[in-house]
Amino acid sequence: MSQPQEFEKVLTGSATTVAQFEEPKSGLKKLQHMLHGNPALVPLIVLVALVLFFGIAKGERFFSAYTLTLIMQQVAVVGILAAAQTLVVLTAGIDLAIGVIMVFSFVIMGNAVLSYGLPWPLAILAGFAMAGFWGFVNGFLVSRLKLPPFIVTLGTWNIVMAICLIYSANETMREADLTAITGALHIFGTPIKIGGAVITLGVLAMIGLYVALWYMLNYTAFGRHIYAVGDDSDAADLAGIRSNNILLKTYTLAGLIAGLAAWVSIGRNGSISPSTVTTDYNLQAITATVIGGISLFGGRGSILGVLFGTLIVGVMSMGLNMLNADPQWKVLLTGGLIIGAVAVDQWIRKVSG
Amino acid sequence: MEPILTGRGLVKRYGRVTALDHADFDLYPGEILAVIGDNGAGKSTLIKALCGAVVPDEGEIRLEGQPVHFTNPMQARDAGIETVYQTLAMSPALSIADNMFMGRELRKPGLMGKVFRQLDRPRMEAFARQKLSELGLMTIQNINQAVETLSGGQRQGVAVARAAAFGSKVVIMDEPTAALGVKESRRVLELILDVKKRGLPIILISHNMPHVFEVADRIHIHRLGKRLCVIDPKEYTMSDAVAFMTGAKTPEHVMA
Repeated sequence: MSQPQEFEKVLTGSATTVAQFEEPKSGLKKLQHMLHGNPALVPLIVLVALVLFFGIAKGERFFSAYTLTLIMQQVAVVGILAAAQTLVVLTAGIDLAIGVIMVFSFVIMGNAVLSYGLPWPLAILAGFAMAGFWGFVNGFLVSRLKLPPFIVTLGTWNIVMAICLIYSANETMREADLTAITGALHIFGTPIKIGGAVITLGVLAMIGLYVALWYMLNYTAFGRHIYAVGDDSDAADLAGIRSNNILLKTYTLAGLIAGLAAWVSIGRNGSISPSTVTTDYNLQAITATVIGGISLFGGRGSILGVLFGTLIVGVMSMGLNMLNADPQWKVLLTGGLIIGAVAVDQWIRKVSG
Repeated sequence: MEPILTGRGLVKRYGRVTALDHADFDLYPGEILAVIGDNGAGKSTLIKALCGAVVPDEGEIRLEGQPVHFTNPMQARDAGIETVYQTLAMSPALSIADNMFMGRELRKPGLMGKVFRQLDRPRMEAFARQKLSELGLMTIQNINQAVETLSGGQRQGVAVARAAAFGSKVVIMDEPTAALGVKESRRVLELILDVKKRGLPIILISHNMPHVFEVADRIHIHRLGKRLCVIDPKEYTMSDAVAFMTGAKTPEHVMA
């Protein structure tokens, strides 16, 4: 029925095989394409380089199972927060409130046991509920009122910080008082010794969380939708995704993960002090996320990279410490890494341009 | 014969700009209806109203005789109206297969799919590969490559393949050949006729008069926010159509 125009008649003889081309020959181009396909490779390479550097500089002392697992223990809390941050950043958002939500959550957990005499499962639940609630508030404001995520979470950061300090009257809860009632709040501090290596349950929780989120992001529809919304939310909407709902769920999930970070943090620190609400956990989480290769423009990056990014900061901190360097060197190098990571991200993106 | 999709008295205003001014629309089963009009005539808004991307201020849309009120594209899609948007609506960083199944992913059978909600990648990839081959998009080497690494024409091909594969009642194509090469354009036109053979009606928005006159059964001419007339391409020439849509000539008799 279709009547091809004259010049189209030659099309019957056109090729029908799948196109094949020679791979790019230049090493640099090859690397660029490889990194484009595997965004977690950059932080992995940096991590391995750092470990080798400090290993050569400090030898046995750094390369011991004890030191390497101690780094894991030190980064567990920030690592979990960075995982939450990653989900939000993948949607092209940012969560400045993630750190204070965690602190408020563990203050609630501690108070529920100490002041209200609740059984520990209820106390934990209350902490998670509070964390999830603030995540939901962020998600609601971002997705329904269409406010910019930076502004929303800048607001809730201050609000939650103030509420936390007013509510707790800034009183520290001592570890001994808490463990006299229940050991459950400190369960993630439980060490597991294998030879010289000491791993806490908190470290296992962090690794388990990363594996679970990696699976979710790559092998479930919800995970793909997070990428799609961060990539181009208008296109995602037209393609049949409710990007509003995805955003609401993502921020709420990030809040709940902050609840897990709160529980792990009690195990790590022992006592519960509301004054830590002023610590820059949020910025530490963003730092690990960016060094881990997640694009702040959304839709790009692998969560495994964030695990490497977290470890990079931990390894640098420990290594410089062992070299007796001024702690400010760690701050300086972290700053350099952040800028380097974003520069590499821009370079990788050019593969498609 | 009853129309499958109708619009009556559709009005849409953006602030003080009127995009649709009591526009009517009829699509009959099994036909290819081309919609043509000048830039700014309101074609895109009309199409968006039909596929749920825009909610009209006034007027009624009926699908198979039943009034429908789409507030988002998902609802229109669930009702069987599939659309190829001019912007293509694809996520550049995701793979071809991910994009084709966006919002309607297949899950693994059994425990992995039900409890762990694992996607069935092999099945999705095989399906995507098959649909692209049908469309003759052989220049796509890897079904897992990110859409951003495809050329503009290849992206359009993927979008067309997606709509053709999933449409069940109506397929809407907004400028489906605009970015395509000669061979791919021809394939898309053949595909449009293929889809028609399967009994699906198609709405084709295009500025390409030879393409419109080649495949359309009827041509809806849109002018100044409303339907000016509907013509039979066998009774009118391309220059007549252009004259009508630009206001150079006024149609004497208006076909419903």
